[in-house]
Amino acid sequence: MLRDEDRIFLNLYGFDSWQLDGARKRGIWRNTKELLALGREKIIDEMKESGLRGRGGAGFPTGLKWSFMPKEIGEAPHYLVVNADESEPGTCKDREILRNDPHILLEGCVVAGFAMGAHTAYIYVRGEFFREAERLNAAIAEAYEAGLLGPDACGSGWGFDIHVHRGAGAYICGEETALLESLEGKKGQPRLKPPFPAGVGLYGCPTTVNNVESIAVGPTILRRGAAWFAGLGREGNVGTKIFSISGHVENPCNVEEEMGIPLRELIETHAGGVRGGWDNLLAIIPGGSSVPLLPKSICDDVLMDFDSLKEVHSGLGTAAVIVMDKSTDIVAAIARLSHFYMHESCGQCTPCREGTGWMYRVLNRMVTGDADIAEIDMLHAVTKQIEGHTICALGDAAAWPIQGLIRHFRAEIEDRIIAAKTTANTAPALPDAAQ
Amino acid sequence: MSGTSTSKRPFVFTADNKVLAEAAITHYPADRSRSAVMPLLDIAQRQNRGWVSHEIVEYVAEYLDMPVIRVLEVATFYSMYNLKPVAKNFVQICRTTPCWLRGSDDLVKAFRDFAGCGIGETSTDGAFTMIEVECLGACCNSPMVQINDDYYEDLTPERFTKILRTLKEGKTPDPGPQSTRSGSEPVGGLTSLTSVGGDD
Repeated sequence: MLRDEDRIFLNLYGFDSWQLDGARKRGIWRNTKELLALGREKIIDEMKESGLRGRGGAGFPTGLKWSFMPKEIGEAPHYLVVNADESEPGTCKDREILRNDPHILLEGCVVAGFAMGAHTAYIYVRGEFFREAERLNAAIAEAYEAGLLGPDACGSGWGFDIHVHRGAGAYICGEETALLESLEGKKGQPRLKPPFPAGVGLYGCPTTVNNVESIAVGPTILRRGAAWFAGLGREGNVGTKIFSISGHVENPCNVEEEMGIPLRELIETHAGGVRGGWDNLLAIIPGGSSVPLLPKSICDDVLMDFDSLKEVHSGLGTAAVIVMDKSTDIVAAIARLSHFYMHESCGQCTPCREGTGWMYRVLNRMVTGDADIAEIDMLHAVTKQIEGHTICALGDAAAWPIQGLIRHFRAEIEDRIIAAKTTANTAPALPDAAQ
Repeated sequence: MSGTSTSKRPFVFTADNKVLAEAAITHYPADRSRSAVMPLLDIAQRQNRGWVSHEIVEYVAEYLDMPVIRVLEVATFYSMYNLKPVAKNFVQICRTTPCWLRGSDDLVKAFRDFAGCGIGETSTDGAFTMIEVECLGACCNSPMVQINDDYYEDLTPERFTKILRTLKEGKTPDPGPQSTRSGSEPVGGLTSLTSVGGDD
């Protein structure tokens, strides 16, 4: 179990002050000027060495991403954009950073922004997080007042401004190029890549989009050293991570733990265990709604990190652990997620726009067994026709939970179909009007 | 025009909201004021008691020197712009799997029982409009609902009904978790961060 001295988010639960004085007591903003004095190259090198992989779901190495920004600042300004459009079902970690520790994010923005040559950051907060955006704005005002932001941020000589942009209810804006479109005042429909945002991003300028947690951990990594962060977890899957544990556990919670903690230990140590005991477990979605579920047999000993979960055909995603006990109607649980993707498809690509609705309707029939056995394979084939055939990953995200369901619970779907047909066949025949 | 309804009266920002709108525009580069279309629609919706009329779409388009169709696209794309009137208490019940696993269907039923109307409807007394929404990002405190700008979490049908009753009396219930906790820490006692903090 992670020791408290290795935790980064010391006010995760909001027991201490979110304000500047509280943040300073936790060490935030302590020596930001010295961190910036390391220089752009050294900061990026340290971030690369730390092994930090993006915390928003894809797990792309953060330092490497920063290094894609042009070395020289040309006529076009550079932008840092923070993705706080937290909307992946099961995920509620960035919200805690925004409302309980906004300054840790702001300091991270200054450091990351400086490292990529940006003078401006936009933090895109999901629209429903109204109170969280309020608090973030209040923290920004404090930071300006204290000279931590502005023309001479932290006394470094580097000008840095942070703006908050509120979304308005669209999961797709968590996709980085959709987010940029939205920031530009348009519908949030993803752009084709390439060009990548580091070349052509916000307003056509070099831009890097990072998740809240990825940006917020930066200053602590620099202070304690890349080796400290890289020493937690295991190779390729290092550091700490905030896990959101929801569903059928005794005590749902967010908790910062070491990467690679066994799933069972995570749940039993922090969430009070599965409701009714571990043996009452049916399945777990380990990384937010987009990743395939895992049946209990895999949950028994799987580790919570990128590569371990990939090996079992799932993923760490946002590390949002959705626990389902044996009382769960597993087909209905996944059908609910299919409804989510149908609702959130932006409508740009045909396979996703049409496919998400089609998959939902078929899966919804399967909840009651109102389907044919052959439709299971047909449904699987359709998920494969959507996966990889859309501009962004929403199509993949809609396909994977269904693939996981069919992979591990095909028998359950078949049983329902057979049971429904049996009931229909043995039902008393209706009187025939012709007789 | 499709997508929006008319309020049958012209729309202009109040003096206070004009100040807010101008402040919103300053967050974007001088030649990129169209980026402010979302904050301006939000300000206008608040002024218009919770919904965006066609007059608002036209007004914001003119304000930001944008084609009306571009503003309409935004107003119809994002789910938080209400395109028809809503009640004073706009109740959004999260329906997605993490909330559903912990009883969001029971909250819908409790709402029906209390307000006498269902999903997408406004109660006959005009006090409540309820819709079901997708994940609101408070899954460790599920099931939960959003009422206007606030989250009400760790709900049971009883706790939810109590909140609705308070609202009906014209009072504002305390937002946040309705259980014994204040945030997303485990209810059964802290399992981490036991040796830090505590300045106050």
